[in-house]
Amino acid sequence: MAIRAIARSAGPGIERAPIGIAIAAWVIALLGFFPVLYLVATSLKTEAAAVVLPPTFIPLPGVNAAPTEMPPFTFAPTFEQYQTILERGFGPFVGRSLVVVVGSSILVLLLSVPCAYALAFRMIEGWRDTLFFFISTKFLPPVGIIVPIFIIFNNLQLLDNITALLIMYTTMNLPIAIWMLRSFFEEIPSDVIQAAEVDGANVATLITRIILPMVTPGLTATMFIGAIFAWNEFFFAVSLTATKAATVPMFMIGFVTSEGLFWAKLAAAGTMAMLPVVIAGWVAQRQLVRGLSLGAVK
Amino acid sequence: MATMTLARRRVPALPLVAALSNWSTGKTLVAPAVIYAVIVTQLPFVVTVWYSLLRWNLLRPDNIQFAGLDNYLFVITADPIFPFALINTLILTVGSVIASLVFGMLFAELVNHRYPGRGIVRTMFITPFLIMPVVSALTWKNMMLNPVFGVVDYLMQLVGLPAVDWLAQFPLAAIMGIVVWRWAPFMMLILLAGMQSLSDEIREAARVDGVTGIQEFSYIVLPHLSRFIQLGALLGSVYIVQEFDSIYMTTQGGPGTSSTNLPFLIYQIAFAKKDVGEASALGVMVVILTIIAVQYLLKVLARLAEGD
Repeated sequence: MAIRAIARSAGPGIERAPIGIAIAAWVIALLGFFPVLYLVATSLKTEAAAVVLPPTFIPLPGVNAAPTEMPPFTFAPTFEQYQTILERGFGPFVGRSLVVVVGSSILVLLLSVPCAYALAFRMIEGWRDTLFFFISTKFLPPVGIIVPIFIIFNNLQLLDNITALLIMYTTMNLPIAIWMLRSFFEEIPSDVIQAAEVDGANVATLITRIILPMVTPGLTATMFIGAIFAWNEFFFAVSLTATKAATVPMFMIGFVTSEGLFWAKLAAAGTMAMLPVVIAGWVAQRQLVRGLSLGAVK
Repeated sequence: MATMTLARRRVPALPLVAALSNWSTGKTLVAPAVIYAVIVTQLPFVVTVWYSLLRWNLLRPDNIQFAGLDNYLFVITADPIFPFALINTLILTVGSVIASLVFGMLFAELVNHRYPGRGIVRTMFITPFLIMPVVSALTWKNMMLNPVFGVVDYLMQLVGLPAVDWLAQFPLAAIMGIVVWRWAPFMMLILLAGMQSLSDEIREAARVDGVTGIQEFSYIVLPHLSRFIQLGALLGSVYIVQEFDSIYMTTQGGPGTSSTNLPFLIYQIAFAKKDVGEASALGVMVVILTIIAVQYLLKVLARLAEGD
């Protein structure tokens, strides 16, 4: 099952790429990245400057000309849109998103670490079936359970409540965490565990004192990837929350219809919404593929 | 390990007694996660199956009747949107997976060379996958694809092409574009891992033997990557079949039903029409479709693994 890539610290690849390939790579990467760059640039414009064509994306501070009078591709940067968005109560959405992300990460951690440990060291007979049970819960489309979840949460008075999202995001990230952590645990030499057992360490001590410190980078990456998915999640948020428990993606709904014409404000909110996760993803880049492939690709 | 030998000593007795006497540290460690996952995923799905057999609209909460397979019959024979949603889901999923794989392959090949700034290029390539999907949908809908002020239409007009209102005229293709922009980086990451597990010596040896770039790619790189391609296709299909965010944020399934897929249809029936029975029946059908697709893809994966 495990497809193992050879990781080399020097960075693999074919030596001395032809100049054509280097240029093609840069041009295509910049084209693909342009919408992100343009979003961030637009967030620093006035509404009038946001719709100027040809597109402007180079901030030129200190020039006080009308948007159409600016040198080509440049605009006069301003932070007024960020101020407006923050004044409109963006903060509480961020606060709730943080609670959901951190809370579900802690729950995932508590549930997945012991489970992944037992599965990695094959402490139960059905370890393979158990692993595939977890992957099958990841493959279950949310629309297959949303109706009962909505009705049950309604009866429990959990609709528009942060707890509802905490429960669902823990479920969503649990299989990824178990598969990923298992793949990190399997890399620990078994004599480490045997030595600890000879010393009389019980399982709790073994996991917290010996195993977890050995896989700290892997554990961090696992939590980062779960956090990315929880921060970006929209389907459960729009189905189970309205106002009191609305998270950052819910704030963006305001720009679907009436506010859709205010591009600079949309861009400011969008930039603040995406930035934490983009940075987290850049930091966890090396481990991203492992998490996305549920530990199958290393 | 002591725990393992303990677990193997079976006591033939009543199932519950056997389970308890068979209890081990391993089971204690696994149990909380398994129980949690069963309660939040498996039980609700069983309830979905039950709801799908009821005539139940939340607008008339007192009128709940057993309806047998009526909801399924209605969906298949009478629902005016279902056939379109099914076809749209298939087109969107298959089209996006294939296009993402093609672009992902190109990106991976470009990143798998050495040149100045390769790390930055790689980072730029993966960024679209990290962007909050509702934000990327809004960015494309407005700043990129707007027929008057959008960058894409501006560029098209520069080269003399007519302006196109992408999301109104070609909604499914436009949404596919947004989905591919997001998922090509995912495919790139998986294929890049595959390419990096192919030793440089083999490719260099082939090149010394006078193999052309295209031959090298189709006879050496591609066969080696088959398992990675299968894995990317499998995971991509499972995720993209659930696509909801970009449709909600751009077209809301329209114009008409031209960009409604099954998840969005279920959302509408559950939360606008408030028809518990029909939404549940559709939910069950999507799960069955997913299981078929996953089974098929896993089989292809297994066959390819044996064939290698």
